[in-house]
Parts: sequence; C-alpha cells; structure tokens
Amino acid sequence: MQGVSDYMSGLGQAVAGFLGPDILALVLGLVLVLLFIQVNAMFLVWAERKVAAHIQLRIGPKEVGPFGLLQTIVDGVKLVAKELITPQPVSWLLFVLGPVLVFAPVMVPFVVLPFGPNLQVRDLNVGLLLIFSLGGLNVLAILLGGWASNNKYALLGAIRSVAQNVAYEIPLLLSAMSVVILAGTFSMQGIVEAQEGVWFIFYQPVAGLLYLIGAIAETNRAPFDIPEAESELVAGFHTEYSGMRFALFFLAEYTNMFIVASVATTLFFGGWRGPVADGPWWFLLKVYLLIFGVMWVRWTYPRLRFDQLMNFAWKYMIPIALVNLLLTGLVMKLVGAA
Amino acid sequence: MGEITRYINPTVVAHIAFVLVVALTVVGALIAVLLKNIVYNVFGLATALVGIAGLFIFLGSEFLAVMEILIYVGAICIAIVFAIMLSQPMHLRIPPRWRPKVVFSLIVAAVVFVSFSVIITRTPWEAHLIRTHDWSIKRLGHLLLTNYELMFELISLVLLLAIVGSIITAAAVGGARHSGGPTGGKEEGGP
Repeated sequence: MQGVSDYMSGLGQAVAGFLGPDILALVLGLVLVLLFIQVNAMFLVWAERKVAAHIQLRIGPKEVGPFGLLQTIVDGVKLVAKELITPQPVSWLLFVLGPVLVFAPVMVPFVVLPFGPNLQVRDLNVGLLLIFSLGGLNVLAILLGGWASNNKYALLGAIRSVAQNVAYEIPLLLSAMSVVILAGTFSMQGIVEAQEGVWFIFYQPVAGLLYLIGAIAETNRAPFDIPEAESELVAGFHTEYSGMRFALFFLAEYTNMFIVASVATTLFFGGWRGPVADGPWWFLLKVYLLIFGVMWVRWTYPRLRFDQLMNFAWKYMIPIALVNLLLTGLVMKLVGAA
Repeated sequence: MGEITRYINPTVVAHIAFVLVVALTVVGALIAVLLKNIVYNVFGLATALVGIAGLFIFLGSEFLAVMEILIYVGAICIAIVFAIMLSQPMHLRIPPRWRPKVVFSLIVAAVVFVSFSVIITRTPWEAHLIRTHDWSIKRLGHLLLTNYELMFELISLVLLLAIVGSIITAAAVGGARHSGGPTGGKEEGGP
C-alpha cells in the first residue's frame, strides 16, 4: 500500500513539475466543469418543471426522490437507453456530428467564467470575446444538425434559429461592449473587479435589459423559441434526433442558459461580489436567480411571430444599443475616467 | 520531477499540436475546394478557419484567434450557409463543374501561391531579441488608429462597398418585383 501511495504522490509531483500548477489547474478545472455541466443541467430541468408547474397551479414532479429531485436522473437513464435512430435520407456524418458540435462549444466558456476571486480556470484577457465567439459556433452546429436531418421541419427550425441568432447577437455584443468601455477590459475577472462598490446595472440599465432580452433569444427560449416552436415545427432543428443525441441538444441548451446568466452576472450584477463575504456563493445565487427570471418569462409570455421578432431586433434593439454605446463612450470621454 | 520529462518532451508536444492544427486547416481547405456539395464546402471552410484560429493561438495571439472564430466562423460562414439555403433547393441535382472556371481558379490560386512564396522567401525574417507581451486590446486599438490607420480606413471602405452593393442588389430585385410582377423580380435576382 505504502509503495502505491508513494508512487501516486511521486507521479502527482512529476505531473505537477512537468506540466506546472497551471496545467494541473486546467485539468482539474475541466473535470469539475464536465461534472458541473451534468449536475447543473439536471437541476435546471427539474427546476424548470417545478417552476412551470407552480406557475400553472400544478405540483410538478414529486414521485422520484424528495420533491421529485431525482426525476431528471431517471429521465436521463431513459434517454441513454433509447435507440439512436438515424433516418435513411440524412447525410450521415453531419447528422452524427451535429449534436457533438452543439455540445462541444458550451464547455469551453467555463474556462473563463469567474466563479470567485480565485475560482477561475484561467483569466484570459479576451475572456468575454471567447464566450461570444463560441456562441457563433453553436449556431453553426444547429444549422448543421438541422440541414443534415433532411427534414423540412428541422431545416425550417435551423434557418429560423440562424436568422434569430444573427439578429440578436448584434445587440447582445453591443450592450456587452458598453460594459467593456466602462471596465476597460475584456477579462471577466477584470470586469468583476471594476464593479467594486457599484454594479454596472446601475450605470447601464438599458444595456442590461438589452443583454437579458438578447440572451433569452440566444438560448432559443420562449418568447423567442420559434426555432423549436412545438405547435408549428414539431421540435424544430432536433426533430429527427432521438436518445442521447437529443439529450445532447437538451444538455447544451441548459448549459447555455447557465453561461448567458453567468455572463449577465459578471457584466451587470457584480459577479462574485456581495454585500458581505464575497465569494462563489454570491455568483451562483445571482446566476440561479437570473435563470429563475428567464423561466418565469418563458411561462408567462406567448411566442412571438417571426416578423415581430425580426422587427424588434433590427428596428428597436440594435438602434437603442448603438445609441447607448455612443452615449457611454461620450460620457466616458467627458468624465475622463478611462 | 524528471520522470515524465524523460518520456514526454514539451517541444514534441508543441510540434504535435502544430501538426494537428495544420492538418485541420489543410483538410478543411481541401474539403472546401474538392467536394461538390456546397454545404459540405462551407463546413470545410469553417474547419479550416478554426484551424487558422489554432495557428494564431500557437503564435500567442489569443485576440486574433478569438476574432477569427467570432467573425469568420460565427458570422461569415453562417452568412454563406444562409445565402445557400435561401438561393436554391438542396435536393436538386448538383450541376457539373464548368471546366473554364476550374482552370481560371487554378490560375488565380497559382498566382497567389507564387506571390506569397516570393514575399515569404524574400522577406528578411529576423527574430526579435525581446518579445513584447503587450498585445492587450488597448494596445491593438492604439496601433489600429495610429500606425495602421490606412489599413483600418481601407477595411471600412471595403465593408461600406459591400453594404452599398447589397442594398443596390436588394433594391433592384425589389423594384423589379414591384413593377414587373412576381416573375419579373425572380428573373432579375437569379444567378
């Protein structure tokens, strides 16, 4: 036994010595992130069902585990056990790649999310841009899956998703840029540090609202869920997917929700800062409160029609975001605190 | 300490990473050029661009890498796919290649390749003794508005031309549709 533990500690030291504590933190961080993604998605699916149920005066899942907490695990087992159906006329490689490529980009943003003052895998000076650039990859993957399915509902859903994401990514980026001008950095940790005292939501209420609206649209959730509108398109871009492939789309959607809420927390609500005892608990509390708000919106408002959605983005949100950005730059120049 | 460095050499790891990234770029580019299905071409292009972003990371320029993905994969590839999906039904037979077009593109590619090779071989590359690590966004912004202002303005001009061009095209199609009925616009907007 002694030999084994000696060997293990020696191996650990060798790995740490060769790779450096930095790489060790990266590997540990990745393992934790993978675990966290699963647990978070399971919790969010359960929370969504509970929130929806209570808003509709029902009880929701209650049989499996206390308060039905284990319901999602049971559902997950069911999904894993189901057959992976591949319809005949799909273009096979892209069809299989679709869910993988949807899921892969949602893991990477966790590298730069600042959970706490020291709880961050790596603080890149382009952290915020990294998150937004991976959002673009997600859209491409949805398009790929929808097109490869060779199904009219899937293709329509994919096209809607892309049109919507292209429209809403612009006000999203512009509103984030107003915060970047205030903070003077793209680093997530730097943005949190710049909010010592006052959260940016008080300086940038318009940008905060635009960001939240854009974020709901980016995650394809009601009232912006036209890419997967059940009543029109069956299930939209993932109509043809079954079993674990479908579950990957699901997992990616809920992880995306967590990511956009964390970015909102970082940009506008002071990240891990709280009234007392700064730390990751404040970060998680704010993130889950925001997600609760997003769920509330979903079960309160009806779905927008496609032209209303487009009009809203191009004719209202983008001009407002541009004016807000210009005003922010102007005020910063006048105040001279750059 | 040295147990693992005996088996794994950091330089070798770096070389493997480089080869992987280059392979991604080249394979993506080949898919983009050789396959006949235009949707596969675009996804090949996206793969190649991700590989190029990897090259930028390899060179230590995270900002350019992220921008490469944000702009080229996230915006341009999606715009291309979108244009393809709006333009012609995908179930139609893919038309055969037009021979002169292939020849022309080969000529263009050869000219580009030769000129780049000449530029690369004639440039006196010299290694800087001290490598600056200050590639923050602020510094890049300053450089864009001072040293490289001409490039910056030229790029804006190109973008402006693209926007004006697309508006003119759209206006022409829309105008024809209004005056000549539903079929008039269709003919006008065809390739």
